[in-house]
Amino acid sequence: MALLSVNNLSISFGGLRAVDDFNIQIKKGQLYGLIGPNGAGKTTVFNLLTGVYRPDEGIVLLDDKNITNLKTMDINKCGVGRTFQNIRLFKKLSVLDNVKVGLHNRFHYNTFEGILRLPKYRRLEKMMNEEAYRLLEVFDLDGEAKLSAGNLPYGKQRKLEIARTLATNPKLLLLDEPAAGMNPNETKELMETIRFVRDNFAMTILLIEHDMKLVSGICEELTVLNFGKILISGETNAVLNDSRVITAYLGE
Amino acid sequence: MISLITYLINGISLGSVYAIIALGYTMVYGIAKMLNFAHGDVIMVGSFTVFWGISMQGFNPVLSVLLSIALCITLGITIEFIAYRPLRGAASSLVVLITAIGVSYFLQNIALLIFGANTKSFTSLINFGPVRLFEGQIIISGETIATIITCLIIMVCLTLFIKKTKPGQAMLAVSEDKGAAQLMGINVNGTITLTFAIGSGLAAIAGILLCSAYPSLSPYTGSMPGIKAFIAAVFGGIGSIPGALIGGILLGVIEILGRAYISSQMADVIVFMVLIIVLLVKPTGILGRKLQEKV
Amino acid sequence: MKDKLKKMPKTWLDNLITYGMVIIVFLLVQMFISRGLVSNLLQGLLVPLCVYVILAISLNLTVGILGELSLGHAGFMCIGAFSGAFFSKVMADIITVTAVRFTLAILVGALFAGVFGFLIGMPVLRFRGDYLAIVTLAFGEIIKNVVNALFVGVDSRGFHFSLKDSMSLGLEADGDVIIKGALGIIGTPRNSNFTVGIVLVLITLFIVLNLINSRDGRAIMSIRDNLIASESIGINVTKYKLMAFSISAALAGVAGVLYSHNLNSVAATPKNFGYNMSIMILVFVVLGGIGNIRGSIIAAVVLTLLPEMLRGLNNYRMLIYAVVLIAMMLFNWSPQILAWREQHSIKDFLRKRRKVQ
Repeated sequence: MALLSVNNLSISFGGLRAVDDFNIQIKKGQLYGLIGPNGAGKTTVFNLLTGVYRPDEGIVLLDDKNITNLKTMDINKCGVGRTFQNIRLFKKLSVLDNVKVGLHNRFHYNTFEGILRLPKYRRLEKMMNEEAYRLLEVFDLDGEAKLSAGNLPYGKQRKLEIARTLATNPKLLLLDEPAAGMNPNETKELMETIRFVRDNFAMTILLIEHDMKLVSGICEELTVLNFGKILISGETNAVLNDSRVITAYLGE
Repeated sequence: MISLITYLINGISLGSVYAIIALGYTMVYGIAKMLNFAHGDVIMVGSFTVFWGISMQGFNPVLSVLLSIALCITLGITIEFIAYRPLRGAASSLVVLITAIGVSYFLQNIALLIFGANTKSFTSLINFGPVRLFEGQIIISGETIATIITCLIIMVCLTLFIKKTKPGQAMLAVSEDKGAAQLMGINVNGTITLTFAIGSGLAAIAGILLCSAYPSLSPYTGSMPGIKAFIAAVFGGIGSIPGALIGGILLGVIEILGRAYISSQMADVIVFMVLIIVLLVKPTGILGRKLQEKV
Repeated sequence: MKDKLKKMPKTWLDNLITYGMVIIVFLLVQMFISRGLVSNLLQGLLVPLCVYVILAISLNLTVGILGELSLGHAGFMCIGAFSGAFFSKVMADIITVTAVRFTLAILVGALFAGVFGFLIGMPVLRFRGDYLAIVTLAFGEIIKNVVNALFVGVDSRGFHFSLKDSMSLGLEADGDVIIKGALGIIGTPRNSNFTVGIVLVLITLFIVLNLINSRDGRAIMSIRDNLIASESIGINVTKYKLMAFSISAALAGVAGVLYSHNLNSVAATPKNFGYNMSIMILVFVVLGGIGNIRGSIIAAVVLTLLPEMLRGLNNYRMLIYAVVLIAMMLFNWSPQILAWREQHSIKDFLRKRRKVQ
């Protein structure tokens, strides 16, 4: 039973088929990789899955629910969380508040309760703080909770982005090049974190990555995208050893 | 019927002034991606220079006009260099807009200190008489004719400049992609300076034409026409030169008709409503293109 | 983890300083007044000062917290001023207790301005940056011009509206024209005073500061910092933009009521409700620090008082504002200057010296 099931997803920009007939089935709890050369359309797939772009064709099902033409905000509410290639944090907010914005839809009190500081405000804010700290501790960010997110070092910004997304309690986590700009040590640490998240949050993860070490190290299955089309899908080692994939990356 | 034709002609004339001002907005917006809020006040500086030259110093009108254009060009280049260039690459577009508001404030208050708040009466520079048509039923003033002709000449020259000359092509390239243009060896800063120079020179001409037709001059003369010309630029599609012409003339006609048939106060309301409706229905204006943020 | 949670009240302390500052200034001014140390001129400035402070705080909610530039703030002030004054005048004989009537007038002003903020914000807030600025400016001017042409009369049959003149209202013999076009409303009760002004400043502060430090406030600031990320984690961007904009408008309306009840009559002129006023409020916000609530209070007070105190400077006042505005923007935002400041910061300089020693 697939958690995410995508059929025939396509979009064109000014005549160019940026993504053409994209299909993918991801099972619950899977760690799935989406790879391909630059400009292959990987991030466009993410943008289609999260409603940033509306697809020309195709259906996206999450847990059998059709989320194809929903708004970004509603797709998140249905259970899809994502991070961005170029980190998008709330830079002027504190690390803690970044995560608390992620908790927004899980803890409800209204504007008046907030402005008048009624008991519900106090109770829920306390719960939000506890929950946020719990997440920050997972990513070893609790020491920096009061810092502005923009002042974090690069590697920690990537982690915070993941923590913020997890705060929305997604079923499916989309990571867009989580290891970009990290050194080998940081990448190794990140691999462990991703595995930890999958195991401890019972998360299904789809990630875009260029770092082959990371991909071969943690992904169970891969889909390779080239010029907007799927080149091959399958079990990681088989895909990476396929001659077509090597050609796509290295050229003829 | 006759009065309607007269209003239309007046509208086209006022619209031509808007179009000339709108060119400055649209070129700067296309190339520097900023709303130069102070552009309207450059108009005022242009008019005051001519007023100062003719009425206070007794200069020859031609000399005064040339002086005014030269001063406005210098002013435009200076403003860009001091206030806008350091902010290129700043985090938010708000920053440049607020700075431009500061420059606008600055120009208004300098004029206020030099010339005082009293409205000056501007002597028209157009010395050929009105043209009478249909046995005197339609009277077209010299100012109207001069304005429309000037506007057409400017449009043709500017289009030729951009299509046929190297600096013009450089402008197109910079408006398309600043980074790529730089890599192709185009002097981006120089091109932006040139854009401000042309826009400000045109503002001087627009100021003189505006004050010839509506001969009252104060430090705030430029701000309302400036805002309306920006609306014209948005109306026609920001970044587009023919768009500025179309938007300017449509807006001028709408304003004059509104003033004639509804009320002068409601005319401004209508002009602003036009902006809002255009933006809601077709945010890119009549001839504009769409931009989207990359995710 | 416990001790980390204990560190929370830092913003709370920060807010307390802001409230304290306002209250202490109020007490000091009252003390000086009772000893006759405050000139009539200065006393006349106290209510306008509160008006400006409320305007600056409320605009900062849009500009600094939501991160969108509005150039039509004076328009919402205008709506508040007129609806509040209209209410007071109509109710003058019906509600005779001044305190009750004035409180209701303030609520009416806030409500009207807030509703207009909501109605205008709905179509307009999809725009960003320059376009939003120019559209809000357009709305501000529309409001001012329409109010300037508006005639409202009341007679036994109810209210009558016209945009032409008082004759076209078609009032009965017992009718009374309340809003007289360009003349505005004449004979508003002068209920505003410094104490009321300060109370309203404190209420404004309370609303804005508590909003910022709540769930809704964080959502609003997340939109400012990164709209796309905000949507991606399920924030209803439209809702929170509208919320911030409407609250900001409602508070500007409160400032308007305070303003109109400080005068014998109120008319919509370019000077009080035009975009020059909007820009002046923006100057307060920018000079006080965008997003810095305490800063906008201080800027509004200093920039209003300073030129009045130094009468000779009055001619140069706007010019100085302009120069300071440009200089502040360059100093705080120019990438080159920021890089230079990073290299030459005083903290670093001290740290280096300490290391050497």
